[in-house]
Amino acid sequence: MKRRYFLGAMMAAITTGCSKLAETKPVAALLESSDDWHKAAHRLIGGRYSLAREFPPEDISPFFRGNGTIQPDSPKYLAHLANGFADWRLQVGGLVERPLSLSLAELHSLPQRTQITRHDCVEGWSAIGQWTGPQLGGILALAGLQDRARYVVFRCADRLGGDEYYESVDLIDAFHPQTIVAHSLNGHPLPVRNGAPLRMRIERQLGYKHAKYLTGIEAVESLDWIEGGNGGYWEDRGYHWYAGI
Amino acid sequence: MKRHTLATRLWHWLNVLALVVLFMSGLNISNAHPLLYWGKWGFEAKDAWLEVARFPGWATIPGYYSLAAARHWHLLFAWVFALSLLVFMIASLINGHFHRDLVTTRREWRWSAVRADIASHLSFDFHRAGSKFNFLQKLSYGFVIFILLPLMIFTGMALSPAMDANWPWLLDMFGGRQSARSIHFIVAWALLAFSVVHVILVLLSGPLGQMRAMITGGRR
Repeated sequence: MKRRYFLGAMMAAITTGCSKLAETKPVAALLESSDDWHKAAHRLIGGRYSLAREFPPEDISPFFRGNGTIQPDSPKYLAHLANGFADWRLQVGGLVERPLSLSLAELHSLPQRTQITRHDCVEGWSAIGQWTGPQLGGILALAGLQDRARYVVFRCADRLGGDEYYESVDLIDAFHPQTIVAHSLNGHPLPVRNGAPLRMRIERQLGYKHAKYLTGIEAVESLDWIEGGNGGYWEDRGYHWYAGI
Repeated sequence: MKRHTLATRLWHWLNVLALVVLFMSGLNISNAHPLLYWGKWGFEAKDAWLEVARFPGWATIPGYYSLAAARHWHLLFAWVFALSLLVFMIASLINGHFHRDLVTTRREWRWSAVRADIASHLSFDFHRAGSKFNFLQKLSYGFVIFILLPLMIFTGMALSPAMDANWPWLLDMFGGRQSARSIHFIVAWALLAFSVVHVILVLLSGPLGQMRAMITGGRR
């Protein structure tokens, strides 16, 4: 019994020490920088466009769990929902030559990609589903990126704890062939809990990158001036911007 | 000649540091979704093979629930853990540590020899005739260095969606991401069990001399 208390006391001391260390500037910076090294290593090993595994239909999980916002409650969203999203528009703007405002019908008329992929939540669980939609790269090509553009920001209709949800990726993930603006899950329009009517699929990264309830796509030069400045809702709350880990 | 080479000593202490931080931040990460599954997917209790207990703050890094901060510690020290193991392995091939101290002979595998080794262990006689480690030591160190530690690295990489795209064989090797996650968890506890036994045996076999040897190198 005594030995167990000793082990517990040691662990508690380590816990306290680590917390104190993490409050100092250099250690905090070091801790937050590791996603850059992981990203560099991943792209060195696999190249920029390695493909996430695509599964056969029998691997699709019987249910696709929703997380974060599963029912946006703004009157505007509820009106769109009641209307079957007939007037939903996807705005494409920022550093582009030709800003676009696309209806769901227009998104359906673009070349479509269907993929059965695994969705990994940062919490640890996974679900497998079949997603359909146009490639983000095709939409960005229609709008024409300006030379200064370095990131693509996703704007969303949902709020979590009072703040707008948003996300961002760099141009490598934006133009990745499996990065699509999905309107369908398992052959049906997206359920509300999974992001109706549009959500992003960023297949080589964790679930929080896959922005739901998508209203806008914005090409930017820097993420510093957007919301909390870290490139995403969860990133502003301490999570890694590069979520391939 | 020193009992432990500089490479072995450096790696040993770096590895202690990395394993402690990885284990304790891992417990914090486990609290985010304390359910384990087999196969490719899993997201709710009815599919889980194990519902893990919630780990208290004193056992986790940081000392309160924070998935974001725990991932910072875990994914930084994953580098320390994996790179130091890699350097130690290369150094031990070059300096002969593996060949000299860990390779077992056919004679040691004989049942009578194994039985004698177990008997001397049980009577706390750790005398080693000729070589540095006795058979059970070679076996357990070899199992940890060549099987458990690499398993932690590869199951950890299989949890990364980007590494799964880069190396899809990671998924085939473990039977899916959720199986890899379960194995990652099981091996973490196996390493804790090894560490507890390891420390107890050090305490039983002259802890001061053992510690001095692992710090200064000691004498053969």
